[in-house]
Amino acid sequence: MPSTDTPILEEHHLLACLRAGDERAFLELVERHHAGMVRLAKVYVGSEALAEEVVQDAWSAVVKGIDRFEGRSSLKTWLFSIVKNRATSTFSRERRSVPLSALGPQDDETGAAVAADRFFSSSDPSLDGGWAAPPRPWEDAGRRMLSLELRAELRRALESLPSRQQVVVGLRDVEGLEAAEVCDLLDLSEANQRVLLHRGRARLRQVLEEAFEDGSHPA
Amino acid sequence: MSKTKRNGRTPGPDLTCREIVELVTGYVEGTLPGAQRGPFERHITLCPDCDTYLAQMRQTIDTLGELHEYSLAPGQRDQLLAAFRGWRQS
Repeated sequence: MPSTDTPILEEHHLLACLRAGDERAFLELVERHHAGMVRLAKVYVGSEALAEEVVQDAWSAVVKGIDRFEGRSSLKTWLFSIVKNRATSTFSRERRSVPLSALGPQDDETGAAVAADRFFSSSDPSLDGGWAAPPRPWEDAGRRMLSLELRAELRRALESLPSRQQVVVGLRDVEGLEAAEVCDLLDLSEANQRVLLHRGRARLRQVLEEAFEDGSHPA
Repeated sequence: MSKTKRNGRTPGPDLTCREIVELVTGYVEGTLPGAQRGPFERHITLCPDCDTYLAQMRQTIDTLGELHEYSLAPGQRDQLLAAFRGWRQS
């Protein structure tokens, strides 16, 4: 996973630049995390427009508070915790915000990773549960994964996941937070976090599979 | 896993392909209990289809890791930059 850990030195450097008022450092941080911050805020406040407002507000808090950041968490975890706090406090008084936990362990945690009809169902135990329609290797995956079209499709698929899956997959796999950081931020148990991640990733793999199948068998 | 692959050579409880896909996240996350890791890895070694599934899951995760390189709309970028200058001064 390329984005899982920001090297500590890089983060120190970025932090020093930010404290010195370096605009390029700020822009780098914005470009890297703005979309993920909006995705997180949106879960709490509902709409894209309100989420943008929350994130704008969060950036202001980040810039003004950067001198007080003590580095007890990673910089990005701190960013996301500011977004969460802003999203819940600013909008709870307008009763427009939905705490993530209130979304409940709904149907976004149930169901199989792969459709049941892709496996054999048989009373013969040597057949039961084996692939009936196995995944086919993705041809030329390395090159095709670079295509902007495929990435746009993956981004759209991520954005159409149920909100809790979307936030967990976004924070873990796109933003590169650790499992423990995500649990802490979203008040999720470790098992819960993993289930949401599992469901979300499985759905995204399926979307990519469909894209690859379409691409390799033009109508 | 096809019938021929499941010929009893592997000791311990066998996992089915249907079970494997549900354990993939635990495996990739490194949180699979020791008692399940052995059977999982044995299955993957013997079953090319599940091996493909695991590889695709890793490719999915890797590609997600590249989505954060997102460019803001130019207007939005300028707006945030202008705000940055203001915030630093306040």
